[in-house]
Amino acid sequence: MNTSIQNITAPLVQAGRIGVFLMRMLAGLRLSASLMRSTMQQSYLVGARSLVIIMICGFFVGMVLSLQAINALQQFGASDQVSLLVGKSLFRELGPVLTALLFAGRAGTAVAAEIGLMRATSQIDAMELMAIDPIQRIALPRFLAGVISVPLLTAMFNALAIMGSVVFSIGVMGLDPGIFWSKLQTSVYFGEDFMGGIYKSMVFGGLVSLIAVYFGYNAQPTGAGVGTATTNTVVLSSVLILIFDFIMTSFFA
Amino acid sequence: MAMNPNDPIIRVRNLVFRRGSRVILDDVSMDIPRGGIVAIMGPSGVGKTTILRLISGQLKPDSGSVEVNGTMVSEMSEKALHEFRKDVGVLLQNGALFTDLTVFENVATPVREHSNLPEPVLRRLVMAKLHSVGLGGTEDLMPHELSGGMARRVALARAVVLDPKIVLFDEPMAGLDPIAISTVSRLMRETNDSLGLTSIVVTHNVAQMKKLVDFCYIIAAGKIAGEGPPGDLGSSEDPAVDQFMNGKVDGPIPFHYDASGKNWSLLG
Ligand SMILES: Nc1ncnc2c1ncn2[C@@H]1O[C@H](COP(=O)(O)OP(=O)(O)O)[C@@H](O)[C@H]1O
Ligand SMILES: [Mg+2]
Repeated sequence: MNTSIQNITAPLVQAGRIGVFLMRMLAGLRLSASLMRSTMQQSYLVGARSLVIIMICGFFVGMVLSLQAINALQQFGASDQVSLLVGKSLFRELGPVLTALLFAGRAGTAVAAEIGLMRATSQIDAMELMAIDPIQRIALPRFLAGVISVPLLTAMFNALAIMGSVVFSIGVMGLDPGIFWSKLQTSVYFGEDFMGGIYKSMVFGGLVSLIAVYFGYNAQPTGAGVGTATTNTVVLSSVLILIFDFIMTSFFA
Repeated sequence: MAMNPNDPIIRVRNLVFRRGSRVILDDVSMDIPRGGIVAIMGPSGVGKTTILRLISGQLKPDSGSVEVNGTMVSEMSEKALHEFRKDVGVLLQNGALFTDLTVFENVATPVREHSNLPEPVLRRLVMAKLHSVGLGGTEDLMPHELSGGMARRVALARAVVLDPKIVLFDEPMAGLDPIAISTVSRLMRETNDSLGLTSIVVTHNVAQMKKLVDFCYIIAAGKIAGEGPPGDLGSSEDPAVDQFMNGKVDGPIPFHYDASGKNWSLLG
């Protein structure tokens, strides 16, 4: 086939395959005790894997945001507005997007490698031969775990970023704590700003974990194949997080 | 169990399987007698695993058929295949234990999936299977804590835990030390006879095969090069069988990989 045509069709074919994979996963969805149990277990695993890095990054993002905001606002004598600026930009954009990117790098890669290794060591074959559907057994709980844990991690990221902002604005720059908190309370809205970001992060969580289970499940059964699966997971989910962020923000904001 | 060659449990007829333009299997026919242990032997890459996958319904033949207990495997619906697989235990190359589960949970997985046994009954069943392969007391270990031979025995226990009618072994002895090979080999015979199974063993190990199996098929270049009781094959006149059984470098089995598949079809 003509390569320039392939360049255009290949991503579309890939997207179609991922879509079909998602359908196959959801079509077999039955709420059972064992699915609940393994989803909880996977949420714990991916959540615990990502928690420390997300807390550290959240804290420093809060500090650097405040630093830049205060620098800019000072020119207009408005540095007491810092919590408003930090709160809005954090809850709406930076919290969900950065958390999802970190999640892709930390948990997404681990999931892709884990499933790829199951493929390489014939564990997925073995399941099929036992008449166990590996998509339901392996992929679905890890997908659901992403949908559940990324919003929770985002909330954690946001909380730590606010703490970072408090430390820098109040502790270092000596802003008045009363003004800081009252601005945050009156001008940053829970439903629109905070929850808006949380809804987005559910989509990001589903996106990253879908891509991770897809590439892991379809990995070539070799060491190099597992490596490719993890790389593809990070690259594709990072790009898609940013594209989906723009799409969702322009439609729903 | 007595062998009755007139009543094969598995009939493979004129099987042809291609990958792209490469012909992997070219007109292979086999009869697997009920209650027996049959070996499939041949050089690496000749399509032995492929035959097992065709029998278990993971692959579909390009032409020809596999009939198990009177039913065509290639024509089974998803649902029928699901039922069929409960009757077929498989021990894959290297065992393929679930690395994130304990030995106990590995063996329990097929039972949990296909029955609603109460936990104490399940526990007794799994422990009995582990004891039968000489691994009582290992139930809480993780697969990476087992030696190669132990892992293979756990995989054997897992393959027979649902009391299947047929067990397919893909190179069950590869990579094991001589003692483990004898142990696994003896367990395969014991399990086969005590549970009344029919076993198909893919193996390279000519010496063990001679001790273990009742009948042997040798595959070369996509075709059955020889078949018969293992005792007879060692002195076979067929040059390919002679080459394989006696490990000779020179003979009709080529050393090189033929990507085009052209030679095979020309020879055939
Ligand atoms: N998934 C696959 N895709 C393409 N070719 C394959 C695949 N699996 C096996 N083959 C090819 O089919 C041939 C037979 O493989 P196999 O049945 O695994 O051989 P063996 O006799 O060693 O078990 C080999 O030449 C192998 O290269
Ligand atoms: Mg093989």
